[in-house]
Amino acid sequence: MVHRFENNGYRIALDECSGAVHVLDAETYAVLGLLDGLEGKAAADRLEHLRQMTPAQAVRETEMQAAKEAAQQERQAGKDAMLQAAKDAAEHTTRTLAVIAALPPEEYREILDEIRELADRGMLFKEDTYRQGLIDFQKRKTVVKALCLHIAHDCNLACRYCFAGEGEYHGDRALMSFEVGKKALDFLIENSGNRRNLEVDFFGGEPLMNWEVVKRLVAYGREQEKLHDTNFQFTQTTNGVLLNDEIMEFCNREMANVVLSLDGRKEVNDRMRPTRNGKGSYDLIVPKFQKFASQRRALGKSYYVRGTFTRENLDFASDVLHYADLGFDQLSMEPVVAPPEEPYALQEEDLPRLMEEYDRLAREFVERKKAGKGFTFFHFMLDLEGGPCVYKRLSGCGSGTEYLAVTPWGDLYPCHQFVGNPDFLLGNVEEGIVRPEICNEFKLCNVYAKPSCRDCFARFYCSGGCAANAYNFHGKITDAYEIGCALEKKRVECALMIKAALAEKA
Amino acid sequence: MKHIQTLNENTLQNTVQHGGCGECQTSCQSACKTSCTVGNQTCENEAQKK
Ligand code: SF4
Ligand code: SF4
Ligand code: SF4
Repeated sequence: MVHRFENNGYRIALDECSGAVHVLDAETYAVLGLLDGLEGKAAADRLEHLRQMTPAQAVRETEMQAAKEAAQQERQAGKDAMLQAAKDAAEHTTRTLAVIAALPPEEYREILDEIRELADRGMLFKEDTYRQGLIDFQKRKTVVKALCLHIAHDCNLACRYCFAGEGEYHGDRALMSFEVGKKALDFLIENSGNRRNLEVDFFGGEPLMNWEVVKRLVAYGREQEKLHDTNFQFTQTTNGVLLNDEIMEFCNREMANVVLSLDGRKEVNDRMRPTRNGKGSYDLIVPKFQKFASQRRALGKSYYVRGTFTRENLDFASDVLHYADLGFDQLSMEPVVAPPEEPYALQEEDLPRLMEEYDRLAREFVERKKAGKGFTFFHFMLDLEGGPCVYKRLSGCGSGTEYLAVTPWGDLYPCHQFVGNPDFLLGNVEEGIVRPEICNEFKLCNVYAKPSCRDCFARFYCSGGCAANAYNFHGKITDAYEIGCALEKKRVECALMIKAALAEKA
Repeated sequence: MKHIQTLNENTLQNTVQHGGCGECQTSCQSACKTSCTVGNQTCENEAQKK
């Protein structure tokens, strides 16, 4: 299928299954609309049919078709209940058709020829032929390649939206002992098959509250690497409160990535991320993060300044830009995931506003890039030429199979978001996985297993979304979380618009 | 082409042959931790990258 959309003045067609991205002029955008919803042979047939007609004939035929469909919809839904969306679509069609009606016949033909050429080259209307391959791919024996170590279920901040309940995961405060951590690394090595690169993320709570154990585990990992011909990639998240020179120096040597949590502008950050005695955390951590980030940049090592936005800062683009103004250039900002009754939870009615914010951020992204002051934004990064293979793209996040979370006392869960929910307790580092049936459920949780993802244009970029979000909102890991989906789709569109803008001939 | 500017040549179909080795990073990287984004990841497979 082809996904056509307009964003910040660009008209773009994404051919979902080939991944080809086309920037269109207004006329082509309209003509391609005559082929909406078609792929493969049906698209080719319709294309031939359109080529036999004049623009006026094509318009008349489409109008008649649209009228028939509208009447049918009205009968089914009742006149009053005719959805706003359907009305908008009808209006859109009218505008599109006006463009086509005004086209000189030669130009109309020329456009159809270009469309046909791309279709012949497999770059438009490609059908989804990946399903069987993916089923085979998922049947392979999976190995564990990544662990999220909950090194400390404790925190020195009291962020209001913390899904971990201020670091404690709705259990008791606890620190992981070196013994448990060591067994976790052994478990990873044992269960990683022939894989060389193993990922270990130090997560919390706040990992720096158990810093001695982090250091000892890294040292243990480096020893084991040599014995087993593997390579540990350590990463770590921190809120910065305890960050100091010694820690930075250690991380610069040992950590492939560090994630620095900050929510943007001072007033936003301090409202959502207070310290335990109710003071703001911004002034305490920003200077340290700035120092840390500039060291890492100089060393060519990656870092992310990462935040969460909530209903209380729907103008979150300003927070992302604030990071950039502070001198950070590797940025990430995520929508909060919270129970709908929380005042800061995002609501469906916020979506139009949030969409505008992403558009604004994308525009600003391009402008700063062109002015030589560019930054990267996690969700706008997209590799059109390379990037992951189609199987990777369709097989989901890996939670519960390739990626597991380990609690301070050594229990295993499908991922950090499931920690503390007894229904998802998989086993522990001592005995390994004792409930493989849960892992199997996660293993089969791919794009084709999710009804709403199967036809979603974003499926090759989003991989079927987050199982934890789906579970939290619908009680099923194979569902989709609508607000999250709407935002994900928008981010993909923005990312493609950015590619279009940067490819523009100056 | 006059009306259409295509941004990328390499298509997903080309990844079918060499893909699926499983050497790449898991998808919920630490920069995210609440969502899944694969479009921005890197492939670790030399044969497939060509
Ligand atoms: S490393 Fe590349 S080819 Fe292998 S599974 Fe990952 S994306 Fe696919
Ligand atoms: S955006 Fe939503 S529906 Fe689309 S692939 Fe992702 S999770 Fe599925
Ligand atoms: S379920 Fe969600 S939070 Fe957990 S690893 Fe997957 S994408 Fe990340």
